[in-house]
Amino acid sequence: MEMLSGGEMIARALEDEGVEFIFGYPGGAVLHIYDALFRSGKVPHILVRHEQAATHAADGYARATGKPGVVLVTSGPGATNAVTGIATAYMDSIPMVVLSGQVQSHLIGGDAFQETDMIGISRPIVKHSFLVTRAEDIPSTIKKAFYLAASGRPGPVVIDLPKDITNPIDKFEYSYPEKVKLRSYTPVARGHSGQIKKAVQLLLGAKRPVIYSGGGVVQGNGSESLRALARALNYPVTNTLMGLGAYPASDRQFIGMLGMHGTFESNTAMHHADVILAVGARFDDRVTNTVSKFCPSATIIHIDIDPASISKTVTVDIPIVGPVDSVLKDMLAQVQQLQGADQSLPDTAAIDSWWQQIEEWRAKHGLWTAPRYDTSSGFIKPQQVIESLYRSTKGEAYVTSDVGQHQMFAAQYYRFDEPRRWINSGGLGTMGFGLPAAMGVKLAFPDSDVACVTGEGSIQMNIQELSTCTQYGMPVKIVNLNNGYLGMVKQWQDMNYEGRYSQSVYEDSLPDFVKLAESYGHVGIRVDKLEDLDAAMDEAFSLKDRLVFLDVYVDRHEHVYPMHIAPNGSMRDMWLSKLERT
Amino acid sequence: MRHIISVLMENEPGALSRVVGLFSQRGYNIESLNVAPTEDSTLSRLTLTTIGDDKKIEQITKHLNKLIDVVKLVDLTEGTHIDRELMMVKVRATGAQRAEIKRCTDIFRGQIIDVGPAIYTIQIVGPCDKLDAFLESIGDAAILEVVRSGSCGIARGEKNLSV
Repeated sequence: MEMLSGGEMIARALEDEGVEFIFGYPGGAVLHIYDALFRSGKVPHILVRHEQAATHAADGYARATGKPGVVLVTSGPGATNAVTGIATAYMDSIPMVVLSGQVQSHLIGGDAFQETDMIGISRPIVKHSFLVTRAEDIPSTIKKAFYLAASGRPGPVVIDLPKDITNPIDKFEYSYPEKVKLRSYTPVARGHSGQIKKAVQLLLGAKRPVIYSGGGVVQGNGSESLRALARALNYPVTNTLMGLGAYPASDRQFIGMLGMHGTFESNTAMHHADVILAVGARFDDRVTNTVSKFCPSATIIHIDIDPASISKTVTVDIPIVGPVDSVLKDMLAQVQQLQGADQSLPDTAAIDSWWQQIEEWRAKHGLWTAPRYDTSSGFIKPQQVIESLYRSTKGEAYVTSDVGQHQMFAAQYYRFDEPRRWINSGGLGTMGFGLPAAMGVKLAFPDSDVACVTGEGSIQMNIQELSTCTQYGMPVKIVNLNNGYLGMVKQWQDMNYEGRYSQSVYEDSLPDFVKLAESYGHVGIRVDKLEDLDAAMDEAFSLKDRLVFLDVYVDRHEHVYPMHIAPNGSMRDMWLSKLERT
Repeated sequence: MRHIISVLMENEPGALSRVVGLFSQRGYNIESLNVAPTEDSTLSRLTLTTIGDDKKIEQITKHLNKLIDVVKLVDLTEGTHIDRELMMVKVRATGAQRAEIKRCTDIFRGQIIDVGPAIYTIQIVGPCDKLDAFLESIGDAAILEVVRSGSCGIARGEKNLSV
């Protein structure tokens, strides 16, 4: 058997696990590991400029590929800098393994240099964590970490590694376990057949059904099964912010995103629905509006891999715990069986009239049936930028975003037809996510277009990564919707604080983003006239091997609509423009 | 309603902090908690009491079950069960009170486990409401110090919580 040091075992185990990239930043506590990585040279390492970016890049990689993203950071500040990215992954159930260095075992607890209790700090934002105390445990711990991160409801796993156990002198027998056994952890493999049967009966009897599908369908690779089931039933489908792409946006049965900035037709349909099939969605407060007024006449079926998601905020009638893909397949089989036995299912007349109603709503206020924003200001509208991006990339790009108005515009106007193409921080709402996430996606799919839709606020939270992009040649396209304000903050201040822009204005402090991009060796293009927009967008994507920073000056006073009226509003209570409400 | 939740978990460092952290993180209350290794040294048994409606208790048990260190758990309050708590009380015992406290301790089937010229230390075991009743009957004025173990419990009959 091979004899390896702790550091070598880590490098080797990551290789044996099939890791494609490590995102990280070296430091004292992980120097043995970095030396082992250097000597083995098997797994490429991406040196970021800040550990937060390492976690977001690993996260972007994980969202786009479905495989766990891997992060390596040092102890103390390296570990704490990673915390925001770990929390981001946790909130959106993204598989990630974070290896953090720790001071030597005998120094733990003594306030040593660069010591922090990473296990303690990360405890509420990890699926699980390990403090490895013996080098012999390294291979099995890494195996467990990857298994936990990717199975069941995925999530980040932290492995804290004291420096002494990675020292190059002490060697141990190395073998990478093929299987993991954890007596306390057995994710559900199938949904309960009785529950599925009940659900299908209810579903087939529906007169005003809506399928409400969330990020779980993307993470659980259930998109194909969802499409098959929805089409067999001819029921309308709405996706959450996290679920965009799980059902194709260009399909007739897609009624748009739901929630705070969801479409009029999806929110209104949800409100009036008699049966809701929630799949891999968690009734987030950004979806439900006031919980007590949520979908008053609906009987709710909820499919989720996580039992704790069931009836957490909204009490559901038929819970089904299981992997979404297998449950949806089981449901489709039953639907077909029941339809075979009784041709009158579902109630086609009722469904037709439901569709007629939805089409009326869609024609009246749908975001894609007519321009819903006012173009009279003469400025480029942020929505037009997303439409231009959609046109230029034929709807096939991977789009990452930061957090704010630009994120909502991208979600509303880029019509995702495939899962894993829309990559954003939905749960935690992490500004600074977009650029590093785009890096992770671009590494995984070097031949695909990767765009980061951002704003001048968010991009500055991780703008140092422009340097990483230079070092590794990551030609992502940054589409900066520059309005000189923290746009979403300003929108709320406009709507709720009588336009008092408390700390949401940059005055004249913004950098010249074109020059900034150029100083890193990238291409910068400034766009401030609508007639130049399409050409600039096309030029950006034609420069295949260059990072292009498209700095687009947009209408400074645009708001995102529709917008739920809160507090005390229901799903159907929305602002449709600055003056018009439902 | 008060619930007694018994948890079998991996006897590993950090496991307890995950359980306690879950409660503070999600805004649940812990009324009492105790933990010790079982006959199988790889497992600890933790008993906690908490108060909440059915919806809250369901969330608590689900989230506890999600913790990787938690092997198994049972809400003892769902079935018939026995719960016991141990309490030690140091009381001022002088003059006529000395005999009165002794009598009261006997009534509650407690034991005096330490004696000083002006104090008694009493040990008493029982369900927590019995302990409450004892404290009430002794009266605040006499009590110098109270230490309680928190409830631990076990299901009645054949049912058992084991791996």
